[in-house]
Amino acid sequence: MKVLMTEYLRIDLETENWECRVCDHVIGSAKKSYKEGLLVNNRDPREIHPPILDPEKYRFTFSPDPEWVRILEFCCPSCGTQVETEYAIPGHPPLYDMEPDLPALKAQWAKRGEQKTPVVGPAVAADKGHGH
Amino acid sequence: MSEKTTQVASKTPSAEDVALIKKFLNDTTLFLGPDPEIMQNHDLMPRSAEEDAAMKGISDAHTVAKIRDRIQAGCDEGYEMVEQMGAAPGAKWGDIITGVYSASGDLAIASAGGVLIFSALVHHPIKFIIKNWVNEPTVGVREGDGFIHNDSRYGNVHNTDQSMILPIFHKGKLVCWVASTVHEGENGAIEPGGMPSMAESPSDEGLKMCPFKVVENYQIKRDILTFLQNSVREPKLQYEDMKVKLFACLRIKQRIEETLNTDGPSALIATLRTTMENVRAEVKRRVSEWPDMTVRTYIIQDSTLRENCVVKINCKLTKTGDRLIFDFRGSSPEFTNRATNTIVAGLKGMLAQVFLCYVWPDLPRGQAAFAPIEVITDPHSIVNCSYDAPNSQSLMSIFTGFTAGQHAVAKFLYSCPEKYTKVHAPTFNMINTFIWGGVSQHGETLGNLCADLNGMGGGARADLDGEHALAPIFATMADIGEQELNEEDVPFLQLVSKKMTRDAIAPGKYRGGQGYTMIVATKDSEQWGFMTTAQGAKIPPIQGLFGGYACGCYPLSKVKGVDVYDVLQNDPSKFKHSIEEIMNERPFEGASYSTYHMGMGFEISKRGELFMISQGAGAGYGDLLERDPAGVIRDIEEGLISQGVAERLYKVKFDPVTLAINQEATAAARDEERKARIARSVPYAEFIKTWNKPTPPSHLQYFGCWGDDVTKLYMGSADKFRDASTPRPNYMTHPKDVRIAELEARLAALGAMGGEKQ
Repeated sequence: MKVLMTEYLRIDLETENWECRVCDHVIGSAKKSYKEGLLVNNRDPREIHPPILDPEKYRFTFSPDPEWVRILEFCCPSCGTQVETEYAIPGHPPLYDMEPDLPALKAQWAKRGEQKTPVVGPAVAADKGHGH
Repeated sequence: MSEKTTQVASKTPSAEDVALIKKFLNDTTLFLGPDPEIMQNHDLMPRSAEEDAAMKGISDAHTVAKIRDRIQAGCDEGYEMVEQMGAAPGAKWGDIITGVYSASGDLAIASAGGVLIFSALVHHPIKFIIKNWVNEPTVGVREGDGFIHNDSRYGNVHNTDQSMILPIFHKGKLVCWVASTVHEGENGAIEPGGMPSMAESPSDEGLKMCPFKVVENYQIKRDILTFLQNSVREPKLQYEDMKVKLFACLRIKQRIEETLNTDGPSALIATLRTTMENVRAEVKRRVSEWPDMTVRTYIIQDSTLRENCVVKINCKLTKTGDRLIFDFRGSSPEFTNRATNTIVAGLKGMLAQVFLCYVWPDLPRGQAAFAPIEVITDPHSIVNCSYDAPNSQSLMSIFTGFTAGQHAVAKFLYSCPEKYTKVHAPTFNMINTFIWGGVSQHGETLGNLCADLNGMGGGARADLDGEHALAPIFATMADIGEQELNEEDVPFLQLVSKKMTRDAIAPGKYRGGQGYTMIVATKDSEQWGFMTTAQGAKIPPIQGLFGGYACGCYPLSKVKGVDVYDVLQNDPSKFKHSIEEIMNERPFEGASYSTYHMGMGFEISKRGELFMISQGAGAGYGDLLERDPAGVIRDIEEGLISQGVAERLYKVKFDPVTLAINQEATAAARDEERKARIARSVPYAEFIKTWNKPTPPSHLQYFGCWGDDVTKLYMGSADKFRDASTPRPNYMTHPKDVRIAELEARLAALGAMGGEKQ
């Protein structure tokens, strides 16, 4: 059985591996951080959040300061899908952000049955409102 | 001279001795300060004998539902009264709440609209009143009494928020409490508007009211009122809103009495307790449906509002069975002389909003929804500060704490089949608005803020973009107000208002909702000024979700040396309607143009000078290369993003004139970008060899743990730290002294100090 853990990641409960939901690439052991099986790019935040004010003229420009923060971009080595971002202080070790308890996950899903598509959650229906 | 002493084995005191010691201490208490027994506990009080008996007598769920609906309607009625009659801008735009509390002080039912966190934290002052004033012969709690409170060390968020608390009696017996809370704004602090970022101690933060009696026989005591009016800058507002809150409470009291007359006190008591216990049990059941997991995240505050620095809010969220534990250890130490600290109750109150506003909005609004959830913090940290630390800007820490919680919770919810809302990327979390004060065009002294703080951009959801300028994270049903109404009372105009700030984006498969530009200029007063109190001009204060990006940064821009009203009268074509154009094109000759972080202390403004800021965007969700190209074009058409940025980031190919999408070229460009990603990225193991550093970087003033070691808290540099469990003072130097020292060093280096004697 496979459990859909994020938009792009699932865990195969039999093999206990993280997998890419886009290309089915086996990323690595679910006993470790999925990030260990991904590629990382140290992105200058100004490339994503462009300066709105002229950086030649001003100290603050609407862009994050690249000396203060970087964007760690994690992508699947097989298909290049961007699985996660982490806004990180330069040099701060990347977070082990999702550490599931595999035996508990297996026990929980044994009662449920596999879900091939994620449950999105309820939609907020537009109210027709009050009319005259 | 020395004196020898002989050690004597200590004697264990008997029960009688203990009782005597306790009585002695109670009788001789010199100061009833904030009570840790009350302030550290957010769970429900134990079921009392009265509640137990009442619940045994009421087994009919329909009766409970009927009474709950009546009380709920009463709370909503009180809320409407405060919103319609309140004088504070916060009251007009929904920064208020009403609620009904059990006889033990727990919030059972709150109004459907308004700022739930206010009432969710009023149980602390009520419990203080119960513990200290009920049996105190000089105070007492009687029918017709009303108590006022605003000191967050005794409960609630910060001391702009004033509560009116009334005990409700039935045939001489206390059956419950009602309370109404409003963000009043002015409180006599060293800066107008009630949220001084310049405060360096609690003594700078203005009026701090521990709970005390201000109403007897349902009448406000005029002598105390006059003292309170003298303590703030808006004496009329102080009186008006005390009356409004009192009468809202009396209306709720009336509704409660109607229930008491038809169903009796037992039915009411049973309803309040059953509601809370059912919610608490349901929360534990819902948590048990989540995966057992630990999720780690951190949010960075990039300033203390006085100076830029890196302040970490560290969060580890663990779910095991039906237990959910927020662990904020490793967050920054408290600042001894900066106002961004929060008492831990404020953090808990805001975390409760994650669940009641964004995860389980179907649950009855009350204290019970967060009651079973556990929170761990370091003592004397920025999220659990001491009572001697200033906390008037606690919003900075409770909001970033909220975002850490919201970010972590989303990673639990994705796989959970049982959902009550869609998985949600973090909402923008800073109060990007103008706080203002001075003497108005009508000669009145005022101090308050623009309700634009309520226009935070919503985070993207699992299948939808975020909503623009949606709502504040603390009140999903608040309004951003009518600026034109505000301008009748204040001597400044918002020359640009509610216009989306182009390219201030949070990209993703679904993008975050964006924020809007605010450009203000004083017009009709020589004694008027502004302040801004937000972080995020150097580092975004949120994180993206599942490959989506956070928002960018939001600075303050000023144009001085211009009277824009003269410009508008004489040559209106020179005026531009965006910060981008005004700052980059510099259309006003002779004016000075400058940028700052968003912690502007109160500053007097001159007629026609421009102060310009933007509300922020919620975070993006998912890989931006999966964004529907039509959505990108719609964002261009709506002025949210420029063509160049859209093409460069989203790799959408389109005709620049017609905006017609070239689908094939877009698909090819995106395929190319995925390959380029792989080419420019490196394997994780290789990456961390060069990226990971053992200590914080030397060029940043860094506060909090580094990496996973939460036992060591850095206090500004790699060689200055404290043990997490051992508090130490953490003083910051005045930014002007820092600047003077820098300039003197440069003068000294040039030999230009002129032999000045030291």
